[in-house]
Amino acid sequence: MSLSRSIAIAGVHEHPTRWAPDRTASQIMAESARAALEDCGLGLVDVDGLFAAGMEMGPMGVVTLAEYLNLKPRYIDGTNIGGSSFVAHVAHAAAAIHAGLCRVALILYGSTAASNAMAIGTGGQIGRDPATAFSTPYGLTTVGSYALVAQRHMQKYGTTSEQLAEIAVTMRRHAVLNPVAKMRSPIRIEDVLASRMISEPLHLLDCCIMSDGGGALVVTSLDHARDLKQKPALLLGSGEAVWHQEIGAPDLLTIAAKQSSDEAFRMAGVTRDEIDLCMIYDSFTITVLVTLEALGFCKPGEGGSFIESGAISLGSALPVNLDGGGLSSNHPGMRGIFLVIEAVKQLRRECGPRQVEGAERALVHGTGGLLSTLHSGATLILERDR
Amino acid sequence: MTKPIKHPRPGVDWETRAYWEGCGRHELILQRCRSCGTLQHRPRALCVSCLSDEIEHFPASGRGTVYSFTVTHQNQAPGFREALPYVLAYVELEEGVRLLTNIVGCSPENVRIGLPVEVEYAQLEGDIAVPRFHPL
Repeated sequence: MSLSRSIAIAGVHEHPTRWAPDRTASQIMAESARAALEDCGLGLVDVDGLFAAGMEMGPMGVVTLAEYLNLKPRYIDGTNIGGSSFVAHVAHAAAAIHAGLCRVALILYGSTAASNAMAIGTGGQIGRDPATAFSTPYGLTTVGSYALVAQRHMQKYGTTSEQLAEIAVTMRRHAVLNPVAKMRSPIRIEDVLASRMISEPLHLLDCCIMSDGGGALVVTSLDHARDLKQKPALLLGSGEAVWHQEIGAPDLLTIAAKQSSDEAFRMAGVTRDEIDLCMIYDSFTITVLVTLEALGFCKPGEGGSFIESGAISLGSALPVNLDGGGLSSNHPGMRGIFLVIEAVKQLRRECGPRQVEGAERALVHGTGGLLSTLHSGATLILERDR
Repeated sequence: MTKPIKHPRPGVDWETRAYWEGCGRHELILQRCRSCGTLQHRPRALCVSCLSDEIEHFPASGRGTVYSFTVTHQNQAPGFREALPYVLAYVELEEGVRLLTNIVGCSPENVRIGLPVEVEYAQLEGDIAVPRFHPL
C-alpha cells in the first residue's frame, strides 16, 4: 500500500500562551501533548514514537524530553532542520508508521523564546566555528539574510515595499479573527512602511513577532485515526530539500520550496488548482513572496502582483496563514508546528470566523535556517478525510 | 560614509587556513580542482564535484560587483552595534564566486546591485585579515 493517503494527523493542539515566564519549554510541550492526545481520545500510554526539535534543547533533547514525559518510545527522531523541522517530522512519522516501526507518533515543540529575551532576528552571529567563519565577520543577522533576498527580488523584478507590506497587512487581518493571536490591531500598508527599518528593505512590521508558545501533533495510520475522536487530515504528499551556497554562487531567488513542493505534488497526485489554502512559514514578508513563487502558485517575479491582487486573503482563491502567521499570531523561535496545526484545524472546519469555506486540501510549507546562506524546506499536502 | 566595523575574528581550521592566511598577505585565495577544474568557495579539503583531494589555491583578481546587499540598521552584536548602519552584501567576483562581505568606504545609500567593487583588508591581531570591499 502506498504511503500517500494511508497516514493521518489525528490530534492537534496549539498552546494558547504567547507569554509564559511562569512555564518551562518542557512544560509547554507536556501541556500541548496532553491536549493533543485528549483532542483525539488517546493517552500517553498509546504513544510509541516521539519527535521533537527546539532551540532550547541540547543535542540529546529528545532523550531528555522522553525522560520528562516518562515515555519509552520505540521510535525516536530529533531531526532539526530549523523552523521547518516539525513539517519534516510529519513525513518522517508517516514513513515510520507505514513501515510498522511505531503506531502513534507524538510531535512536540515548546519554547519560551520571548520571555527568555532571546535575540534571534538581530542578535548577530558570534562564535568561531570555522563553518560560519565566512559570515560571522560581516554581521550577518537572520533579518539580514532574508533582506538580501528581498533586495535582489526588488532589483530583478521591480517588487515594491508596498507589495511586501501587503503580506503583513493580510496576516494581521487574519490575526484579528484569531482570538489567541498576539497582535490583533489592524494595520495598513502605511504603518508597515513607517515602522522602523531593521535591515533594508525589511521594516519592523516585515518581520515576525517574538512570542512564547508550543504545540503538539498526533500522527497515526488512517485506519486508526478513523476510530478516534476527530475527522482525520490525510497526508497526501511530502517533500524535503536543503538549499545552500552551491560551491560559492548562491542563487538567492530559487529556494528549497521548489524541490520539496515538486516532490510533494508528485507524491500527492493533485494539482495546484486543487489546493484550497496554504500555511507558509512567514518569518518575514519576503519569505511568503518567494515561497509562493517556488511553490508554483505564481511565476518567478510575479509574487508581488499576485499578492497585491489580494490573492492570499481569506475569501480569495488561495488564502495564506489564516491564524495570522508568525507575523501576527505567534513565533516562539521555530514555527513549523503551527503551520501544520492550523492546516489541520482548517480541514476539520473548526476555525470560526477565519475558516476557509469548504476547505478540502491544504499545503504546508516550512522554511528553516537563513534563506540566503543555508536553509531547508519541507512541504506537506493534506486532505480532509471523506 | 560607513563607520568602522570591528570584525569578529573568524574561526580558522586546517581546511580554511590557506584562505585566511592569504587574506593576511592581501591575497583573496580561491580553490580549483586539478582533476575536474571546478572552482569552489568556501574552502574544503576535497572537490565537492568529484571528491578529488587535488585542490589548488590561486589568488582571485579581487574585483567584482555587488550581487545583493542590505543596509543593516539593527544588530546587537559587539563590533556591529557601534557601526550601524553598515552594509552587508554578496559580492560576485570576476571569477564567478559570490562572497558574503561588507561594503565600506562609501555612503550606504550609494550602494546598488551591480556596483563595481574591489577588495580591501581589515587587519586583525596575528597574521589574519578580513576581506571586504569598497567601490571601484
